[in-house]
Amino acid sequence: MTQPFPFAAIVGQDEMKTALILTAIDPKIGGVLVFGDRGTGKSTAVRALAALLPPIEAVEGCPCNSAAVADCPDWTGITKGKLVKRPTPVVDLPLGATEDRVTGALDIERALTKGEKAFEAGLLARANRGYLYIDEANLLEDHIVDLLLDVAQSGENVVEREGLSIRHPARFVLVGSGNPEEGELRPQLLDRFGLSVEVSSPTDIDQRIEVVRRRDAYETQTAAFMKKWRAADTRLRKKILTARAALPDLETPDDTLRDCAALCIALGADGLRGELTLLKAARAHAAFGGKPAVTRDDLRAVAPSALRHRLRRDPLDEAGSSARVAKAIDDVLA
Amino acid sequence: MTHPVWTDAILALRLLRIDPIGLGGIWLRAGFGPPRDRFVAALGAGRRLTCHMSDEALLGGLDITATLANGQPSYAKGLLSDPERLILSSAERASRHLAALLAKTLDRRAGHCLIALDEGIEDEAPPPALTDRLAFHLSFDGLGAKDCPDTPLDPVDARLADIDDDAVRALTAVSLKLGIASLRAPLFAARAARAHGALHGRDVTTDEDLEAAIRLTLVPRATVLPQDPPEPAPPEEPETPHDTQTSETKPPEDQLLEAALAALPPDILKRLAPTQRLNRAVGASAQGALKKGTTRGRPLPSRPGRANSRDRIDLIATLRAAAPWQPLRRGNAPRGSLHVRPGDIHLRRSQSRSDRLLIFAVDASGSAAFNRLAEAKGAVELLLAEAYASRDHVALISYNKEGAEVLLPPTRSLVRTKRHLAQLPGGGATPLAAGLKEALHMAVAARHKGFQPALVLIADGRANIDLSGKADRTNALADALKTARGNRMLSVPAVVIDMSKRPEPQLSELAKALDARYAPMPFADAHHLSDVVSAELA
Repeated sequence: MTQPFPFAAIVGQDEMKTALILTAIDPKIGGVLVFGDRGTGKSTAVRALAALLPPIEAVEGCPCNSAAVADCPDWTGITKGKLVKRPTPVVDLPLGATEDRVTGALDIERALTKGEKAFEAGLLARANRGYLYIDEANLLEDHIVDLLLDVAQSGENVVEREGLSIRHPARFVLVGSGNPEEGELRPQLLDRFGLSVEVSSPTDIDQRIEVVRRRDAYETQTAAFMKKWRAADTRLRKKILTARAALPDLETPDDTLRDCAALCIALGADGLRGELTLLKAARAHAAFGGKPAVTRDDLRAVAPSALRHRLRRDPLDEAGSSARVAKAIDDVLA
Repeated sequence: MTHPVWTDAILALRLLRIDPIGLGGIWLRAGFGPPRDRFVAALGAGRRLTCHMSDEALLGGLDITATLANGQPSYAKGLLSDPERLILSSAERASRHLAALLAKTLDRRAGHCLIALDEGIEDEAPPPALTDRLAFHLSFDGLGAKDCPDTPLDPVDARLADIDDDAVRALTAVSLKLGIASLRAPLFAARAARAHGALHGRDVTTDEDLEAAIRLTLVPRATVLPQDPPEPAPPEEPETPHDTQTSETKPPEDQLLEAALAALPPDILKRLAPTQRLNRAVGASAQGALKKGTTRGRPLPSRPGRANSRDRIDLIATLRAAAPWQPLRRGNAPRGSLHVRPGDIHLRRSQSRSDRLLIFAVDASGSAAFNRLAEAKGAVELLLAEAYASRDHVALISYNKEGAEVLLPPTRSLVRTKRHLAQLPGGGATPLAAGLKEALHMAVAARHKGFQPALVLIADGRANIDLSGKADRTNALADALKTARGNRMLSVPAVVIDMSKRPEPQLSELAKALDARYAPMPFADAHHLSDVVSAELA
């Protein structure tokens, strides 16, 4: 496996980068959806994030990355073992993956060769405590979407098939990407993503040139390029860790809560998930900026990505959701 | 005589040999025939892939048959395991899943490159996720055997030429000028230029390399072709170090582009723009949603079959099939072991409802055309917004004096719909038969792709243009009825919506011929329309 492109070396696409960083600071924000043109660095950013994240500690040999031996599900048969450091898992959910591969299934190999009834963990187990990345999430098949919704809701994967009855924790940050020209995302799944960002190819010629230049350097002089960006990536990782540590002590003024609610009311966003995500994202943003308390600037910065996919859509309305959110921000946070 | 397209095709192959990883591969659109055969011959060795290979064949995994035979796990290597040249034939049939797999393989940059041979006709094309990752896009349309002399490829071993900043700037500027959004395009152009330089033994790329790169990688991706009178004043350029060309006023990218275009025969240039539009339109829509199979939907009885990763083994049925043979197979072997032979394996099957495609055929003739089209567009958008639950795709065909025109190819995307239907044509006479024919044509094509088509005909007034395009009311009606009766065999569910002020007997007659419901709606608006369509065709 070749080294992923350094996160810090990604040109532009600030909203996408910020959104990914915020979920790294607070995974409870609940995932990022990146919608936009082909060839704008969506996949690159997600894979780059993996390399940026600090490793997790997990029980050696546990297929679902349990943090302690006591947390290992019974079926793993793990009763003792030492903790090892693993890179934060970023699991690709390929389009067209079968249900077996996603949830796990009877281990055919062991069933056939040893006659044992054993469970072979799927992608959901491997993504536990990490990221689950779906490229072209809008094209995912319905039954897989149902399954993901269910697991994302409960944080647990339950398998009842082929005489197996298995459950294991499956808590992950869902990262999806796709091109809206090829199909819409199901509203229920849309709602599961904490943040959504829209990317488009940069039209600024200098920015485009810089993209081509860096990518070319990465591909042809990988070692030198990685070395050049290592320091920047390390700085970013440290900043994320500092922000994580600062998050619990961060103050949230009552005014901020009021602002969150006012924004959501102004936009008519369904449910309370909008307020909650907005607040969490704003807190993470403040922590990332090293501030002691959440400010209106933080709200302003994260509101578009936290809210734009939660608006009740009027298909006959020509202006996009982003414009509506921008207007509401101007009105409410004036 | 060697055709310039053939020369470029061979050049692309040479460049790909120099830098397979950086260039990704070639997308060749060519029907079966001598040019394609000669190209494949020139390709040389490579791993052949088809679109229907299982994941297991591609990625490798447990070889169930061998495992059963030997009683111990044995693994098979996948076709994608080793880095080599992959040749995918009938690439237009590639599923999104296969495209995702191949894209991931290429993204790994382990040494693979892909030649996608596309025999697609009309709107078929490989998924854009794949073609976007292949540097060279070629089309052998219009080439004959004599255009393509056999060309031996000599082995090359060259170091990529270096490329300077100005060259990168020029390539990026050209890609913007050609309306190419993907950033992979200028990147490919830079790599192609560097390989081209290497091919000619240069250390640094020259304008000649850049021209070739533009011609091979950027021009085929163009969505707009630069017009003769170029944009007024290009943004201010930093002083260019091209001292020899100080007399020229044009920025370097324009000169390069012109030179690259000049090398192409004019008929190819003419064809470029429409093909591109087609390609853009296609990829997104051509993928049907045919999902008969073994993974979802209503379960059907299991059937014997070969184990692979795509299908699910029905263990109970498999064991049931194996059970009667146990004493016989056990022979002298000790008790307690289970003997399952590959022939026992049963696979699960299920049947699922395929996605629906609502085809709107809208009369765009006469003075009320604009209004009617606008309401139809509104209905399409409303239906799409609600569509996800029922998994509907929508297409829109309009017909007026120009004949029938597909305004919106089948899609499920609201974004795309809005983009496509931004401008609606209207006015003129009513070639009802032509519109109907186009709609039924689309319905049949959709059915081949696994959709369940349904037809919504929105009209007012009488047909007055026959199929041959003549204004003849009698013939026009006869043609329309004849076309409509064609649906008896196709049995596409349909509804005819009559938006004329007073119900039009001709339309109810047409509905009867079409075996469709007839709904007179003199004052229909978008909401009304979408309600009726949902109710009638649900």
